[in-house]
Amino acid sequence: MGLDIRLPLGLLFLVTGGMMAVYGLFTHGSAIYEKSLGIDINLAWGLVLSLFGLSMLLLAYLDRRRMAAAPPVISSNDEAPSSRPRGH
Amino acid sequence: MSTASALAIGLRTNLTGIDWLIMLVYFAFVLGIGFLLKRHMRTSTDFFLAGRALPAWVCGLAFISANLGAQEVIGMGASGAKYGIATSQFYWIGAIPAMVFVGLFMMPFYYGSKARSVPEYLKLRYDEKTRAWNAGSFAIMTVFSSGISMYAMAKLIQVLHIFDGLFLHFGLPLGWIFHFSIFLSAVIVLGYISLGGLTSAIYNEVLQFFLIVAGFMPLVWIGLKNVGGWHGIQRALGPAYTHSWRGMAHASTNPLGTQWYALVFGLGFVLSFGYWCTDFLVIQSAMAAESHLAARRVPLIAAIPKMFFPFLVILPGLIAISVPTVSQRMMGQAKTAPTSAAARGSVASGASSALVGRGLVPVKIDPVNGRVLTDNKGKPLLDYDLATPNMLLHFFPTGMLGLGLTALLASFMSGMAGNVTAFNTVWTYDIYQSYIHKHGSDAHYLWMGRMAMIGGVALSIGAAYFVTSFNNIMDALQLVFSFVNAPLLATFLLGMFWKRTTGHGAFLGLLSGTCAAALHTGLTLPADVSGVGIHGGWIAVLHVYPSTMAQTFWTAIWAFCVCLAMTVGLSLMTKPRDEKELVGLVYSLTPKPAEGHLLWYQRPASLAILVLAMVVVLNLVFL
Repeated sequence: MGLDIRLPLGLLFLVTGGMMAVYGLFTHGSAIYEKSLGIDINLAWGLVLSLFGLSMLLLAYLDRRRMAAAPPVISSNDEAPSSRPRGH
Repeated sequence: MSTASALAIGLRTNLTGIDWLIMLVYFAFVLGIGFLLKRHMRTSTDFFLAGRALPAWVCGLAFISANLGAQEVIGMGASGAKYGIATSQFYWIGAIPAMVFVGLFMMPFYYGSKARSVPEYLKLRYDEKTRAWNAGSFAIMTVFSSGISMYAMAKLIQVLHIFDGLFLHFGLPLGWIFHFSIFLSAVIVLGYISLGGLTSAIYNEVLQFFLIVAGFMPLVWIGLKNVGGWHGIQRALGPAYTHSWRGMAHASTNPLGTQWYALVFGLGFVLSFGYWCTDFLVIQSAMAAESHLAARRVPLIAAIPKMFFPFLVILPGLIAISVPTVSQRMMGQAKTAPTSAAARGSVASGASSALVGRGLVPVKIDPVNGRVLTDNKGKPLLDYDLATPNMLLHFFPTGMLGLGLTALLASFMSGMAGNVTAFNTVWTYDIYQSYIHKHGSDAHYLWMGRMAMIGGVALSIGAAYFVTSFNNIMDALQLVFSFVNAPLLATFLLGMFWKRTTGHGAFLGLLSGTCAAALHTGLTLPADVSGVGIHGGWIAVLHVYPSTMAQTFWTAIWAFCVCLAMTVGLSLMTKPRDEKELVGLVYSLTPKPAEGHLLWYQRPASLAILVLAMVVVLNLVFL
């Protein structure tokens, strides 16, 4: 597979979550949070999303390092990727 | 709409820079993924089947995202507000068992037979005419489905006044918003799928999955906090809304208007298995998996988040009717000039109660004359489709609102994208390569695939406008889909598990199943519609069902049974195929996949048992 989906996924959530958190920081205590029952949802949820994004990026990075360390042949998985199914 | 009223309403949806920025970032990523994947699209297999190289979890999330379009997110919220937690039957009974079945028993044939699409499996198992029928009807359905997604999205953008501020800023007429929304979604979807093919569609479905979760989880959190948690909902709505099985013994004692056996057989078996096991729209993402085992795991992995989706998409509907009622004028749901004029008029004439909906759900207003629609007892009808969008607007401040709306738009677009990639594969392999241009080069079919995408999107736009101009067309289409889809299940089950089934039997069985569905609808009528018409009874009214849903379930049951009986009967009368030709296509003639080297928890069957046990627990909790 050419592109690890966790890279764009992690980056998207890191950027979006980061933007929300920063915006939440600047608008903390503002009247806009009356809607969300006084919770600064931008700050809180922005941080959660950034954290999720970071962990996706980290997973992708660790996987890539592991692949680089033990390069060719079949991965430790239980199957040969991209080969045709056996038993048929 | 006058500028003044538009401004007043525009203030309410009140998107600011941060909201637009969040939307822009998302769409930049969507198109960016397409560009990054373009380098990898060398052969038609890369393009149409994602090179058969994706991990199971990626395909699994795409598997459920493919049907997480408009109907799901908006429709399930609407049904939640209308019927209560019983709507979760569509997940727990109506999806999970079928997903387990397709993973355990059917995927080996789809993936192992080397078929590149579901119609191609029919060609391998039966014959050319069965495939042609399936490919043709499927291609038409996908175009209309993506057209309906497009239409629904443009409509929602209009109703929520998302682009109003932007249009007023640039001095453009607000009447263009509908066209602009259709055009914009078409360009974005076409952009990313024509660059990266199925991989791009699947990757974006994964992004969309997480985006929906990210956008709706805080909605449920804040909403529940507002109404005092699940107990608050129970107090506000009573047991009929908060128990999923109560009153199922009789059709008259539950909100769905159906007995438990019609629910289990009609929804839980025919409709749900018919959809999850035979519709190429969802199957295509499992067929893109990297191995045989991964393909079998795809639907099983998908089932786990799927069973928790009621809490994300149905619960907002329940919360929407639990919160204290907000008056319609405050909600700014007046759509057009005559509507708002009528709204003001009736308030002035003292009929303000007619304008009050229930919770956040407003009353339904006729888009033509602006009057409040009522049922035959004079009670105002509620516009349940606005339950979820109004929840977003009610609880989300700017910033979070941008994310919520992005999630909503993403779900519409990925629904479209899945349909177009499915259309494009079926068109190129099952129609173009089979009947129009047989011996082209791989590069030629890759080119054809890209052209078919442009064609598919163009046809979807056409379908979206077609839907716009005919009032009842959406209902009519749903009906036609059910006629075509319901009998298919019998054809696939017999094909995979009974080696004696023949091509002639299958084809004629399918046709008679479709006719049986049409006949059943023509002879019965649901009680909750205004009269004989598109919903049934156009031949004669022999029976009246308590609800449209009950009628739909029984139509499916009839179609399935007739198709099954006809296929079996005709197969016994026609010459069977040589068993050697059916290896890899029929259960009894295919060696079982070797699983001896797998640990117990790695086997698909173990995962399946876990999934089923979890569903049983969920049902017990909400019994």
